[in-house]
Formats: sequence, C-alpha cells, structure tokens
Amino acid sequence: MAEFSLPQNSKVRKGEHHPAPAGAKKPRTFRIYRWSPDDNRNPRLDTFELDVSNCPMVLDALLKIKNEVDATLTLRRSCREGICGSCAMNINGVNTLACTTGLDECKGDISIYPLPHMPVVKDLVPDLTHFYAQHAAVRPWLRTESAAPDRERLQSPADRKKLDGLYECILCACCSTSCPSYWWNGDRYLGPAILLQAYRWIVDSRDEDTGTRLDELEDPFKLYRCHTIMNCTRTCPKGLNPALAIAEIKKLILERRG
Amino acid sequence: MSDLRNPLQRARGLGSAKDGVQHWWRQRVTAAALLVLGIWFVLLVLSLLHGGYAAAHAALAHPLNAALMIAFLIALFWHMQLGVQVVIEDYVHTRWVELTLQILVRFFAVLAALLAIIAVLRIALGG
Repeated sequence: MAEFSLPQNSKVRKGEHHPAPAGAKKPRTFRIYRWSPDDNRNPRLDTFELDVSNCPMVLDALLKIKNEVDATLTLRRSCREGICGSCAMNINGVNTLACTTGLDECKGDISIYPLPHMPVVKDLVPDLTHFYAQHAAVRPWLRTESAAPDRERLQSPADRKKLDGLYECILCACCSTSCPSYWWNGDRYLGPAILLQAYRWIVDSRDEDTGTRLDELEDPFKLYRCHTIMNCTRTCPKGLNPALAIAEIKKLILERRG
Repeated sequence: MSDLRNPLQRARGLGSAKDGVQHWWRQRVTAAALLVLGIWFVLLVLSLLHGGYAAAHAALAHPLNAALMIAFLIALFWHMQLGVQVVIEDYVHTRWVELTLQILVRFFAVLAALLAIIAVLRIALGG
C-alpha cells in the first residue's frame, strides 16, 4: 500500500533552539528540518531566531545561519539567481527555490523542509538520483536520422516559439516532488518535470524521433499516472506549466490513433 | 539504493506498455456521456417525485426512457470500473492484493450493470 504515515525512525522530533542575538533589528523565526545519516537519530525540527536585516531572500537567511549560527546546516545552492535549481526546497509548505523567494513573501514563522517524499541525504538535501535517471531515460537530446547538415539545423520562428515555456525548465524537481502521483508511484511514473522535458523534444521541429518518443511514454504508469492534480503548475518557481505539456502529450498519443 | 542496480536500469524498469491511451480516452468518453445522461436522469427523477409507483413504472416502460436508462447504467458502471481501477493502481502496491481487487471490481461492475439492465428490461418489456 501507499504509505500515509512516517515510519518510526522518520518521525520528526523537536530540535534545538537558537535564540535571536541581543539587539536584533529584524528578528524572524525559522523552523528547519534536520537529519544526519551519521548519528542514527530521528529527524528534528530546529528553531533559529535570526536577525534578517541583511537577508532579502530565504537563501540569504539560510546561508547566514550556516555562516554564523550552525555550520552543520546542509543545503544545496549554487547560482543564487534561480537558474541552477539547486536550492529547491519546501518553504512554508510550497516547493520553491530559496534564492528567488523573498523573506517579505513569507508570512509568519518560516518552515523549511527538503523536497517532499524524496530520500534525504542530509538536512535539506534530497537524493535526486532516480529523478535524474528518469530524465536520462527519456533521452533528452535531438535525435535524427537524416545526415547532419553542414550548418545549423534551421527552425522557423513559429516552430521555435513552441519551445517557449518548455526550454526554461531548470530541473529543480519542485513540480515532480509536489505531485501526489509522483509520491505514490514515482518509481514508475515519470513525473511532471521529466514529462515536460520529454515534450520539449516531442514538439521540437528538428527532432525526427517523435513516434518513438510517444511510444516510450505511452504507458499506464510512465505517463497516465498524471491525474491533472495541477500541483506541478501551481508550484513551478519558473512559472511554467508542466500539466499543459502532459496534456499535449496525451492529445498527440490520441491523435495518432486516427 | 541497496540493490546495486544502475539508476537508469531502475528508471527504465520494464519499458513502456504501449498502452493506456484507450483507458484514458474511455474514461473521458464515459464521463461526457454521464454528464448528459446524468442531467436527463435527474430531470426524470424530479418529474417522478410525486407521481407514485404507477407513474414511475409507466415512465420507465417508455422505450426512449428505457433506452436512455440502459445507456446511463452502462456508462455509469463502466466509468466506475475505470475510475476504481486507477485508484487501486495508485494506492495498492501489493501485487496479489491489487490483482484480486482489479478482478473483483470488474466482476462487480459487470454483474451490477447486468442486474440493473435486466430490471429495466423487465419493466420496459412488460414483465
């Protein structure tokens, strides 16, 4: 059966409390999920009271905690401008990028968890091995049989426009890990991010393997586990619409049947 | 990650079933049918609210109503089976339990539909 409650060793306990420094100008409270594979203990929720006067974004606050309060806090981050997708996490119940989420957008105390329903490597770092393997499984590159031209492969402006809203995906996994279908059946269901990536190549006018791509997706689990719950579209920090891409794939599979 | 399989092997699994569109499309077609037939059904029931047994019997005996009622029942039980199938696939991950449930739901849907249709036919054909 699908698991609806956490196993005993995953239940989140109360953690440490780090009070605000004396004279903090702008204190905010952060509750952050902590788990380490090294100490054989249950996950805990640490509370940090932080002076955020120099922290416009959630990521700034997390780095301030790591630099000044608790150096063991573990998270991924790289570009700090919403293009690498590394700092995807669950902030106040929504999967998003810590670097593009302003503290002024967060109401009240700020709860931060790793992306939901993924194995945790440590603290806010989820194990995305399977997610990346699923991406590799759709072979997300241009597949052609015609001889390669001796110049660029041309594409009309109208055909190029079809890639807008698709090519911007940064594979942060916010959408896939917000999808209940992906939670229960992520081992087989490809999830919104990977299906959007697959569709990005299906609609590419230069690709010559469209039929095979559709063949590979037509499966009760790989594609049709999508029940148009729409969490993916609601949560995408880049404002993309994976649910629409999935609907377009379903329409194309229907269309080729006549 | 303890079974030493390569992540790509796990992601590809058993490959594509090259199936699923038919189920998806049938679910939508039966839903569309139920939308129309459901409205008809509600209107029929409303019109029979104060009519009593004889009026209900006469209404269902009318060929058009009997035909629509049978269509409604087929769409209803078909759509139910397709929907419950997905729920079971979603949540029941113990293979033998899943298979048993899938078969039971199909048997139930077919039997219940047959029973209901025969009841309508008895009335329509003057049983």
